[in-house]
Amino acid sequence: MKTIIKVQDVRTVFDGRVVHDGLNLSINKGEIYGLLGPSGCGKTTLLREMVMLQKFSGGSIEILGYNLANIKQENAQKLRQDWGVLFQAGALFSSLSVAENIALPLQEYTDLSSEMIEEIVAFKINLVGLQSRDALLYPSQISGGMKKKAALARALAMDPKLLFLDEPTSGLDPISARDFDALILELRSLLGLTIVMVSHDLKSIYDTLDRVAIIDNKKIAYEGTLSEVTSVKSEFIETFFRGVQ
Amino acid sequence: MNVSFLNIQTHGDELSLNFSGEFNLYLITKYQNQIDTFSLSKIKKVSINLNELSFLDTAASLFINNLQKNLQSKNIQTFLECHKKEILDTLDLIKKQKKVLHAIPHAKKVSFIDTIGRETHKNYIGLLSFLSFLGETFFTHARSIKSLKNLRLKEIAFEMNESAIKALGIVCLTSFLIGLVVAYQSAYQLNMYGANIFIVDMLGISMLRELAPLITAIVIAGRSGSAFTAQIGAMKITQELDAMRTMGFDPYLFLVLPRIIALMIAMPILIFVSDIMGVLGGILVANLNLQITPELFIDRFRNVVAAKHFFIGIGKGPFFAFLIASIGIYRGLMVQDDTQSIGFNTTKSVVESIFAVIVCDAIFSIAFTNLGI
Repeated sequence: MKTIIKVQDVRTVFDGRVVHDGLNLSINKGEIYGLLGPSGCGKTTLLREMVMLQKFSGGSIEILGYNLANIKQENAQKLRQDWGVLFQAGALFSSLSVAENIALPLQEYTDLSSEMIEEIVAFKINLVGLQSRDALLYPSQISGGMKKKAALARALAMDPKLLFLDEPTSGLDPISARDFDALILELRSLLGLTIVMVSHDLKSIYDTLDRVAIIDNKKIAYEGTLSEVTSVKSEFIETFFRGVQ
Repeated sequence: MNVSFLNIQTHGDELSLNFSGEFNLYLITKYQNQIDTFSLSKIKKVSINLNELSFLDTAASLFINNLQKNLQSKNIQTFLECHKKEILDTLDLIKKQKKVLHAIPHAKKVSFIDTIGRETHKNYIGLLSFLSFLGETFFTHARSIKSLKNLRLKEIAFEMNESAIKALGIVCLTSFLIGLVVAYQSAYQLNMYGANIFIVDMLGISMLRELAPLITAIVIAGRSGSAFTAQIGAMKITQELDAMRTMGFDPYLFLVLPRIIALMIAMPILIFVSDIMGVLGGILVANLNLQITPELFIDRFRNVVAAKHFFIGIGKGPFFAFLIASIGIYRGLMVQDDTQSIGFNTTKSVVESIFAVIVCDAIFSIAFTNLGI
């Protein structure tokens, strides 16, 4: 198995408050990897550090062979085209319609004809389970679940190798949440994606994740498959997974 | 309904507290006072009887817990009698919580001098971050200038329409009214000296050189500068800026530069229109109040108002535009993840950009005078 994300000794400090102190984890190609932990433990922070939205104070993060600590402008730009990010609230561009949102990276980064782009957009909209008539609506006109789907379609627009999801099922009703899980599994097998997600949804965690990292007390409390997770003594693991056993 | 009361009895060195009915937080003070009336100096044993109690809330449990502790610290033995499971559970919960409870720390009092220091430091950091914003803007500019294809012409055109062309109406109206008012006020004074014709010199120079650029800048700062802050601030809150960054779209290239360039191009045009409207207002007043015909006004205008005044006024445009746009956008980027922050930064953006425009105008004034222009 090939490691495509390697986090080593990452340290994060906010105004003197230590959030991470020596985090280590590695994510392999093709797996669905979960970042779990109590709220405030810095899951989303770690995700933001991985996608270069936030700087870390020490250690190194290596993604697809690039070290983020001293990455060059051009490489960073190349990397950004190789991943897709789904934000918690979707973060669709409010001035563009759903279709335009999805088409934007294609227009900016490729020299595809507008017909081709239209076709790709229609395919992606279909793939994530949106109706084609929704494509012309603006983000303010669609529901939260549709926003998530549209944002996923946008994240998938460039056929990335790597997908980052920040709480993909939060704010969705249970049926949509299960649909979303099924969609993620299907996409992984269809497109061979590697998916990194932050989640709190137990059902979704058990249904989709291959491996997890549990962040507790500024460090990784556990990294590995879910079946052995309870072997580790941690207050968070005990309370979080108690209901399952 | 059963009545709640506390019955206190003494037998020699033993004190018994018999609670009955409900014990909730409204009764704590009353019971405390009741207990305080007894002198504890001779007491060796206290029994707390909760058998008659039908309900105990958490505040009251805390009270009983504290009471026990208090008595124990005075070397008085305490006994608790209770049969009800719910009440014992509540007491148990309190006992457990007490073990892990940490008192909430008090916010530190900040002295006046400390506040001054902190505010000064904050402003200093603010200035530095504005400079770093300007630096990044120039850097992006330098990078994008390598090929003109990188400049977002469509966005620039869109922003010119949004922030300048659509402001044409209000700029026209304000300049016209200012021209009218200035001419009207001076008409009366000039008339006293029979110097009616000098209204042309006065209005022409003041309007072209100072008033039109300033009025335009103030209108645009209030209208478009604030819009920049609110738009970009809202985009920051909804994580649109983060989304752009992760997709590799540099917000400086997509949002910052087009707005600055658009406003720098459009501002001189707006000032030109403002010139026309201001002078038009003057012509109207001169015609009605001072019996100077429009022909005469324009004839004299050509003779006495040198072209340099016009060019100085227009030349200030791009500078004012740069200040307004960069402050507006900078303030938008400073918005934090809460809704109040948009309002705060929008206000700041308007106030700061108008202030910056006036300071800039003052510098121009001194410089041009010293240069003899």
